[in-house]
Amino acid sequence: MGALRSLSAAREMLSLGEDAYLELASLALHRAHELEGGEAPIHAFLSLVEEPPRFRAELSPAGGAAASRLAGVPIAVKDNICTLGLPTTCGSRLLEGYVSPYAATAVRRLEESGAWVIGKTNLDEFGMGSSTENSAFGPTRNPADRKRVPGGSSGGSAAAVAAGVVPAALGSSTGGSIRQPAAMCGVVGVKPTYGRVSRYGLVAFASSLDHVGVFARSVPDAAAILGVVVGVDRRDATSRPRDPGPVSTSTAGEPSEALRGRSIGVPAEYFGDELDDGVRQVAERALDTIGEAGARLIPVSLPSTATALSCYYVVAPAEASANLARFDGVRYGRRATGGRTLSETYLRSRGEGFGDEVKRRILLGTHVLSARQYEAYYLRALELRRHVHEDFRRAFRTVDALFAPTTPTVAFRLGEKRATPTEMYTADIFTVAANLAGIPAMTIPIGNQGGMPVGGQLMCAAWEEEKMLGIAAALETCLEYVHPLAGEA
Amino acid sequence: MAPRHRFSAADVRRAAALASLALSSEEVERFADELARVLDGFEWVESSGPPPEVVSRDRHLEPGLRSDAPDSDTLHKPPSELAPDWRDGFFVVPRLPALDR
Repeated sequence: MGALRSLSAAREMLSLGEDAYLELASLALHRAHELEGGEAPIHAFLSLVEEPPRFRAELSPAGGAAASRLAGVPIAVKDNICTLGLPTTCGSRLLEGYVSPYAATAVRRLEESGAWVIGKTNLDEFGMGSSTENSAFGPTRNPADRKRVPGGSSGGSAAAVAAGVVPAALGSSTGGSIRQPAAMCGVVGVKPTYGRVSRYGLVAFASSLDHVGVFARSVPDAAAILGVVVGVDRRDATSRPRDPGPVSTSTAGEPSEALRGRSIGVPAEYFGDELDDGVRQVAERALDTIGEAGARLIPVSLPSTATALSCYYVVAPAEASANLARFDGVRYGRRATGGRTLSETYLRSRGEGFGDEVKRRILLGTHVLSARQYEAYYLRALELRRHVHEDFRRAFRTVDALFAPTTPTVAFRLGEKRATPTEMYTADIFTVAANLAGIPAMTIPIGNQGGMPVGGQLMCAAWEEEKMLGIAAALETCLEYVHPLAGEA
Repeated sequence: MAPRHRFSAADVRRAAALASLALSSEEVERFADELARVLDGFEWVESSGPPPEVVSRDRHLEPGLRSDAPDSDTLHKPPSELAPDWRDGFFVVPRLPALDR
């Protein structure tokens, strides 16, 4: 059985009707099961549907006016995004077996467009991590090298797309959990502007930083999925009231036309000492390509980059400590036995249900919000978040977009950083700032280093997804680099 | 190298109590050391300058919130319209078997 490479390949197959739909569904499910086997399974999925939903002829590509561009397309969904029928565990023992009574808005919009959810993908527990090793159900492995992590926290979604199980997947990002695994697995990952995609049905980690976004194997595919899930949703108070409309990539004309005359900012702070030499070389080659296509490369400075990571690791745990209070074994979650009082039941349920990283962040968040620490840490972090905003505002007054590497290194080995939380946190050093500022940002594969994918990051001003995707599509074409599917290198 | 910040076992126990989190004594010691090292990375608290002046206020580029105006909602209906069965101002629920014993 083969792999599913793109939306266009899926649509071409689906245009042949119901038999082709069943064949494609069978192919995707077979591929998913195939990758779960062997001595070192990819373990991208925590749950899979047993069989696809019935064929909807009216939505198929041959179905006339009502035809939907996603009809019959299998999509994977990160397991902290609520779906009907499949469990939503957030990678936590505490929510093992939990089935949501409603579907997230992003999922519902995909299903209304004819797509179907093939399964729920593995993640760091509640989205807290950068390697998908913090899942209570075991780590996901990188399809490019099964001894390495896929990044995180949306490592299962990135791996499912990279391995060709599905052409696209939903993920979530609080500090880089879409761009970082996309870079490490060699796929496209898009985090939209805060408020552009509804967070209704996304299990909250840090509400002011949480985003729903997409993975795909090409920029046009990512744009197609994003175009379906964006839009105002009254169920999410942060959903933007005047959404600028659906996103698309301009495919007219030569790809270099989309880059000619553009000003691309190159932030010096993203090319510092912490950047691996191999990743630097790949990123600099991508910059050469951008310049050769006619764009102006402009050095810029984002001075708050150095403090953004610390700012993030105050704000995110603080919000997490409040959001995760609901998981107490009574309102939600597995209830511990043996508690003699309600309070003891809460303590035991949470103590037994949460993993180490979640406990660490709840403790840190509770500490920085406590009476003696609130001003020193939390309020200071909020002030510094304004520095991050202002850095970007200043930069986008002179440039159309920013380009930088997504991660300081390629995917690291399983277990390499797990024992040292502070080292693990540095994997997010180039991604947290865009979450703090709420601006759109994305990863595209730009090359490889020692056989491992390297991702380049584009960032634009808020609500400028269309511009960002247009530049990314042009760069993707100019670079002519697509990371091979697992087993095809 | 030992962490420069102090995050004592008592600090961990205090935060754990506030967060309703049962921890073993091994966890308390380990988290105290790990969180002290995390706080070591927060030197910016002392070293950073005042927050910057806001250089622009382009509302189009600002993530926003929808207005906090009341909206039509099923919960705005009287409870009698939501209840499967409603008598004399009360919801009617299945009778508890214990009452029949």
